[in-house]
Amino acid sequence: MTTNPPFLEIKGLKKEYVAGKPILKGIDLTISEPGIIAIIGPSGTGKSTLIRCINRLIDSTEGQIIFDESDVCQAKGTLLRQLRRQVGMVFQEYNLVERLSVIENVLTGRLGYMSSWQAWRRNFSQNDINTAFELLDAVGLSDHAKNRADSLSGGQRQRVGIARAVMQHPKILLADEPTSSLDPKTAAEIMELLAKFSRQKHIPALVNMHDVSLARKFAKRIIGMAEGVIVYDGDADGITDEILKQIYGGEEWLN
Amino acid sequence: MLSGVFSVSETDSKIDHHWQRFTLKKQLSRYAVYLSFLIALVLSIRTVEVIPEFFYDAPEQIADLFARMWPISFEFYQISVHEAMIETLNIATLGTLVTLIFAVPLAFMNASNIVASPWSHWISRFFLVSSRSINSLIWALLFVAIFGPGVIAGVLAIAFRSVGFIGKLLSEAIEEINMGSVEALRATGAPWGAVLLKGYWPQVKPAFFSIVLFRWDINVRESAVLGLVGAGGIGIVLNNSMNLFEWQQVAMSLLAIFVVVIMAEIVVVNIRKRLI
Repeated sequence: MTTNPPFLEIKGLKKEYVAGKPILKGIDLTISEPGIIAIIGPSGTGKSTLIRCINRLIDSTEGQIIFDESDVCQAKGTLLRQLRRQVGMVFQEYNLVERLSVIENVLTGRLGYMSSWQAWRRNFSQNDINTAFELLDAVGLSDHAKNRADSLSGGQRQRVGIARAVMQHPKILLADEPTSSLDPKTAAEIMELLAKFSRQKHIPALVNMHDVSLARKFAKRIIGMAEGVIVYDGDADGITDEILKQIYGGEEWLN
Repeated sequence: MLSGVFSVSETDSKIDHHWQRFTLKKQLSRYAVYLSFLIALVLSIRTVEVIPEFFYDAPEQIADLFARMWPISFEFYQISVHEAMIETLNIATLGTLVTLIFAVPLAFMNASNIVASPWSHWISRFFLVSSRSINSLIWALLFVAIFGPGVIAGVLAIAFRSVGFIGKLLSEAIEEINMGSVEALRATGAPWGAVLLKGYWPQVKPAFFSIVLFRWDINVRESAVLGLVGAGGIGIVLNNSMNLFEWQQVAMSLLAIFVVVIMAEIVVVNIRKRLI
C-alpha cells in the first residue's frame, strides 16, 4: 500500500464577496494527519469563510479543494451531496432544529444517505438508530433523547451538534467557532469531545477559534490567519508572542 | 455630595433653547390635511342623498322587522336549515383544503429563502395578489356562471379567494424561520426534499396550522353568504325565505349562522391551543 493521500488539500483558494475585495487571498493548506487543527486569527480575516468553502456552504471564487479525490469547488448535485455527507460540521450557534427531539436531531446526520421519501417516513435503519443512541450516550445526553432540542442548555446543544456531525461517519470534522457562545469550562469540555471523536475515528478536526490558550491546549497544529492569508502553519508549541503579534497586530493585549 | 457636581442651577443656563416638534411649514401642511378631510366628508355626505322620509322611518321599520321575525320558526330548522348548514360547512372545509393545493407551492415560490429567483417571486405575487383582490362573492358569481349554481361554485370561490391569504401569510412565516438549522442540514448532504421536511417544516408547522385554521374560520362565515348568488349552502335558504317574506324562517337561518360561527371559533381556539 502506498502512502495515504491527504485528508484534504486546498490549493490557491480565493474568495471575493465583492469583486476586487478578496477576503481569502490564496490559501494553500494540506491536512494529512488526524487530530485537532486549530485556525486562529482576528475577526473578519476569513476563518469562517475558509471553513464554509470546504463543504461549499459558500462558493469559492478561485482555487481547488481536493477532498476524497474530487474537487469540491467543481462538484454539483449528487456528487456535491456525497462529498458533503462525508464532512461533519459543528456551528457556533449549534443550528439544531429546535422543534425536533434530541434523538431526531442526531439522526438528521444520516439524511445525506437517505432519499427524501425515506426521510419523510423516518425510515432510519436499525443500525443508524443504535449508533444515534450510542453517540448520545457518548456525549452524556442519553436522558434527554426524547426531549425537544430547545429545552437544552447551550453546552448540551453543542454536544448534540457534535453527535449529529459524527453521525455522518465523516472523513473530516469542521467546527466554526464551536465554543465561542459557551463559558470557559463548557468550552473545554466541548473541545475535549471533539478531540475524543477525532482520535476515535482517526479523522482531522479543523476548528476555528478565538481563544489562543484553548487552541494551544487541544491542538497539535495551529494555523494562524491574518488578512486573508496564512501567516503561520506549524506546531502549537511554535506559537510565540512574536507570531501572535504578527497574527493579531499590536502587543498591548499580550500582557 | 453628588448633587453639587451634577445639578444645574437656574442661573447656569443662560441660553434659551428653542425646540419645536414641527416646523411652521409642517404645521401648516398638517392643518391643510385636516381641512381637506373635513371638506371631503361634507362633500361625500351631500352626494349620498339620504332620503329623509326613509331615514327617519328606520327605527319603526326595524321594530316592525323584528316583530315579524318573532317567534322564530324552529321547525324550519329540520325542514331545510340543517341540510343547508352542513353544506355550508362542507363548502368552507373543502374550499380550504383545495386552497392548499395552490397556496403551498405559491408560498414556496414567494419565499426568498426557498427560491431566490426574482422571476419566481413576481409570478407567485401576481397570483397571490389577484386572488386576494377579488372578493369571494365575485369569485362565486364567476363560478356560478361557469359551473352553474351549486356546491362546486361555492367551493371554488372559497378556494380561489383563500389562496392569496394563505399563500402570503405562509410565505412570510417561511421567511421568518432560523436559516441556521437549514444550513446545518444542507451541510449533512441531505437532499432538497429532506431539507424541506426536516429543516423548514418543523419550524413552519405551528404557523401553518394557525393560518389554515384562521382561514377556515373566515371561510365558514363567507360561505354562509355565497348562497345569495346561488353558490350553495345556507345563503340559498336565506335568500328564498327573504324573497317569500317568511321572516320567521329568516330569523331561524340567521340564528343558525350565528351559532355555527361561534362554534367554529371555539373549535379553532381549542385546536390551536393543543398544537402550539
